[in-house]
Parts: sequence; C-alpha cells; structure tokens
Amino acid sequence: MTTNTPVQTGTVPAGAVDGDLLVVRDLVKHFPIRKGFWSKVVGHVRAVDGVSFNVRQGETLGLVGESGCGKTTTSRLVMRAYQPTGGTIHFRDRTQGWLDIPTASATQVRGVRRNLQMIFQDPYSSLNPRMTLLDIIGEPLMVNGVAKGSELQDRVAELLRLVGLHPEYMARYPHAFSGGQRQRVGIARAIALEPQLVVCDEPVSALDVSIQAQTLNLLEDLQARLGLTYIFVAHDLSVVQHVSTRVAVMYVGRIVECAPTEDLFFSPKHPYTEALLSAVPTPDPTRRGSRIFLAGEVPDASNPPPGCHFHPRCRYAADICRTTVPPLTEIAPGHTVACHMSGQLSLTGVHA
Amino acid sequence: MMTSTDAVRVGTPSAPRPMDTPVLLDVNDLRTHFKMPGGTVRAVDGVSYRLHRGRTLGIVGESGCGKSVTAQSILGIVPRPGKVVSGSMVLTRGDGSTLELAGLDPKGKTIRSVRGNEIAYIFQEPMSALSPIHTIGHQITEVIRLHTGANRDQARERAETVMRQVGLPRPDEVLVRYPHQLSGGMRQRAVIGIALACNPSILIADEPTTALDVTTEAVILDLVRSLQETTGMAIQFITHNLGVIAEIADEVVVMYMGRQVERASVTDLFLRPQHPYTQALLRSMPRLGRRVQARLEAIEGMVPDPFSVPAGCAFHTRCRHYVPVRCDQPEYLEVAPGHWVRCSRAGEVA
Repeated sequence: MTTNTPVQTGTVPAGAVDGDLLVVRDLVKHFPIRKGFWSKVVGHVRAVDGVSFNVRQGETLGLVGESGCGKTTTSRLVMRAYQPTGGTIHFRDRTQGWLDIPTASATQVRGVRRNLQMIFQDPYSSLNPRMTLLDIIGEPLMVNGVAKGSELQDRVAELLRLVGLHPEYMARYPHAFSGGQRQRVGIARAIALEPQLVVCDEPVSALDVSIQAQTLNLLEDLQARLGLTYIFVAHDLSVVQHVSTRVAVMYVGRIVECAPTEDLFFSPKHPYTEALLSAVPTPDPTRRGSRIFLAGEVPDASNPPPGCHFHPRCRYAADICRTTVPPLTEIAPGHTVACHMSGQLSLTGVHA
Repeated sequence: MMTSTDAVRVGTPSAPRPMDTPVLLDVNDLRTHFKMPGGTVRAVDGVSYRLHRGRTLGIVGESGCGKSVTAQSILGIVPRPGKVVSGSMVLTRGDGSTLELAGLDPKGKTIRSVRGNEIAYIFQEPMSALSPIHTIGHQITEVIRLHTGANRDQARERAETVMRQVGLPRPDEVLVRYPHQLSGGMRQRAVIGIALACNPSILIADEPTTALDVTTEAVILDLVRSLQETTGMAIQFITHNLGVIAEIADEVVVMYMGRQVERASVTDLFLRPQHPYTQALLRSMPRLGRRVQARLEAIEGMVPDPFSVPAGCAFHTRCRHYVPVRCDQPEYLEVAPGHWVRCSRAGEVA
C-alpha cells in the first residue's frame, strides 16, 4: 500500500487495491416511514440498498441516475451526514490512514472532514447571505486553525484568484454575485483545506449553459493542480460523460452498472443504461426520434419490485429477473453489471 | 402505475417540417419593458416571429434573456411593472377573423376568452402550476365549464377524454386525486391535459420538461409531438436546453438580452449557425458521444446586468469576433432564405 504519508493506523480494507482512496462495501441506508400519533414505523424507504464501489486517487467517479435512485443519499453517507443502516465506507485519510467513516470516533471524523469536502447544487441556498466572502471561505481555515488574521486574508485572496474571482471582492456579500460566481465561491470554500476527496452534488445543474462550461473547466483545472479526487453526482449524462473517468449508474438504491466512461457510454451492458442513454436529447436535428420510451414510473423505494428492480420496465426481462436479484458481476476488466441477461444482449450505446 | 412490459417501445424518427402552413399568431417587433426604480429593463426588445398551424417554434436562450416574458406578453400576464410598450401580436381565430392582442386590457373580457381557451400555457413546474387543495378533476372541469359553458357531466366527460389523450389510462382514478398524490411525470401529463381541455389552436410550453427526469422527458416530448399531430395546434416551445430544441422544434429563435439574435429552421440553426452567440452556445455544451474529451470552449464573462445592456450589439462584450465601430449597429438581416441573423459579421465568422 502506498500512501503519501508515513502514518498508517487503520487496516487496509478488503477489496482495496493500490491507489484506492475510498472503498464502499454493501452500503445500506433505510429511512423509516412513521405514521400515526405514536409515530409507529410502518415501513422503510430503501434509499440505498447494498451499494459497493471503489474510488481511486485522482479520478472522477460519476454517479448517475434519476431522482430518487439514491445517488445523493450515497454521497451524504460518504460525508457522514447520515449514519448508514449497514455496510462500510473506508477512506484513506492523509494523516490517519484507512478508517471506516461510519464507525470512526468523533475525533477521527473531525480529522477526516478536512480531507473530505462537498460542493452543493444550489449556489443560492448553500451560501450564508449574512457572511462576506472572507467569512465564507475563511471559516474552514479558521475553524481548523490553519490561518488567521492577515495570513487568513492572504490565503482567501489566493483561493479567490484560484477560482477566477477578484480578491477585492472579499468584503462583499453573496447577493452581489451571479449564480456562476457564487458557485465559484462554494468551490473555493470546498478546496480551502486542500481536501483529498470532493463530493460534487449536481454542481452545474442550476447554472446556465454558458456558465456550466466555465465551471466544469474550473473543476478540471483544480483537479489537475491540486490532485483532487471527485465523486460527481449528476443527472445530466453529457456532463457526466465529459468529466468522469468511470461512471456508476444507480437505479432504486442499487448500482446496476459501473464501468470506465467510454465503455459505459459506447457499449452499455445494462438495459437501464441503454434506455437512459437513448433518452438524452442530442443537439442534432438530423438524429431525432428513435428513442426507447420506458413505460410507467420509477418504482417506489419503500416497495420495490422483487428480483431485478428494473424488470417491470425492461424489454428483455425473463422469468429469472422477476424472482432473483442479479448480482453485480465483472464481465470485462473494470466493467461490472447487475443483469441476468447481460451475456446474451447486444445493447446500443451513444453514437460517436 | 403501469407495469406491463409491452408498453416499452422504440420511437420513430420525425423529421423537421417546413413552416408552410397558415400563420396563427404574428408577433412583430414586440417590446416589453419594466420601469424600475433603478432604470428600465428592456426584457423584450424587438422580437418578431410567427406561429404556424401544426408547427413548433422553439425559443432558446439563457435565464433573463426574455424568453418567458415574450410568452407572458402574448397572454397579457406580464408581472408588474412590466408593460408591452410597442409592437403587435395578431392572432388569427378559428373563424378567420384577426385579433390584435397588444393593448388589450389584461383583465378584460376579450383576453380572458383567449387565455386558456384559444391559447393555452404550460408552466415549468407542474407542482406550482396546480392548486394543491383542489383535485385534478376540479381543476380541469373548471377550465372546461368556464370556456365552453358545458354542464358538470359534459365537462367531466371531456376531462376523461383529455386525460386518456395525454396517456393517463384510468382517468376516473386520476381525476379524484390531489396533485401531491401523483408522480412528477403524471402531474405534467395532467397539466398538459388541462391546457388541451379547450382544444387550443396555440400552445405555449414554457420549459415543460426541465423539472423532469430524462426518461420522463423523452416520453413527454413524444406525447407533445403526437398531440400536435392529432390536433394541429401551433406550439411555442421555450427552453434553455438545446438538445430538447433540436428534438422538438421546426423553427428556432435564439434570444440574448431581450433581443432576437438569430432565427432559422432547426436544421440550419444546428448545422449552419451564423451568430457568434449561437455558435458559442453550441460549442460550449458537452456532447454525448464525443470521444475526445477536450476542454470545453466556454463563453467568457457572464450575461450583463439587465439595467445596463451593452450599447450596439449586446453580445459584443463576450464575443471573440468583435470589431469596434463595425459592430456598433448590427442589423437583423436575412442571410439565407428563412435564416435571419443580427450580426454585422454574419457570414464571415464560424
């Protein structure tokens, strides 16, 4: 195991290979549904239902799926915003070595938080309107005792320059900035402590097309400069294709397919991935029309169908799909898929 | 919930069509301004286009470009202090007579007989377009009874027909539900159903699929297209998503800072864009299936402050083809049949 620090307290988790930064195994999160006067638990929403993946140092893992598929819950679990119902999340901390985020002690978590940051979707509600940019970006530096006083101002100025904003804006409040500029402030705050892993939860979906490109370029530049690793949660497949090294597709709490970006987009192996890719409108009027239209709705996560969750909407479903949960199996190097029929299907990806 | 496998289907391609059918709405040099304490915001500043029977006009632009205010101007629902200050909007009615919509009293009888009846409007967020405390059935029969004078039973019958048309297979179940009991896709179907209840000749859809998931979006776009085929209505489709525009529109208007910068058939616009803004927008978006993951060509800077629109060409502050003096007064010219561009350097830049 190679790490860039001599400290190695934790044990290397099972399934980790050289270069892994995060190893998630069998992650489960059920939210209770309470009803009535006594708030009796009448059921569970299986938001995340047995998710396993690895994130390698320096890569961008895209996490895609439709609303309610559990992609945001997964990212929140990694941040320890929620306590999982089951499973492990091993993170290779810069100073503490491998540790399991859900079971780590409060002191350990405080250390991990420096190295694990998040960029939020809505640049309007994620910044405190009563704090200046200096307060917003300087807060993590101050809380962690990294800098204070004039050193803090210098560091914030440097961060503002890094994300393409003028350091003179430091004394202003968020209301004076546009959506794209606010998102830059959020990014500056997230990278202030030079984290190892940044979870980006729909970072560009609230931005205009012309601002999206600027923000994506900025995230890429920062990754190259600071050696960041991203988990990129998004629903826009063209954005995910652009930024990701590898992509995991989620459907009703489970990962149905995970592969290097090119493999997943050009030769998908799961019928849901195929349908998802086919539904994306392409900016080319000569190629319109022929889409796969899925019937019905995404199933309710408190009462998902048995077997493969996708079978009621799948045009290739066989009897086994209705009864048995397909395991996530590796069918090509680095390409895993959870589908009983994957060996027999030849699915269509996107056109080059 | 539908769970049958045979309902999964693969759509057939539909080619863009020429704008050769009768004109139902002729918008000419429309200007809608907002007089605010800090100055005047020219939200819509000289927009002209036509809606044709059975055809779809796409209006595309970034937030604040005036695409929604254009639609609101037509229906006389511009929020205060906005006002249509000049221009004309001529509606051709079912009996062949014409009606000038500009200058109508927004609360008057005439516009109220048009709104929701001849011209229907679909809003972006289905949840906020529907009343949370009335059933879907109540909301749809209200429209039908108001505009057609039908009685309760006739309205109910019409409501069920429309719900079936928009792909809600068991209308009697849906009509007694409240909006929160439906999924996003079903809600948007219900909103479309309400819009279509009075057989409008024009449908204005303002970002109707933006709040939906991509698989639901594909289904709704297909639904809108097939409804247009059966009813022959003209559609004005407003969106910021160029992919959706390429999918549904026959003709496209591109707006920037309240002005129309380009208007062309969908094929010309995507294959032969002439305005630097359109070109830059198309280049800046990540595309599915592009193998080389090069850096995106971002448009520098940001949309200017609406109180101080740059003089001359509004885009010149961000345009890489800007030439002083020459770009001061760009004219709106037809550079090819049906292809209009507001750029002094149109034809030279690509």
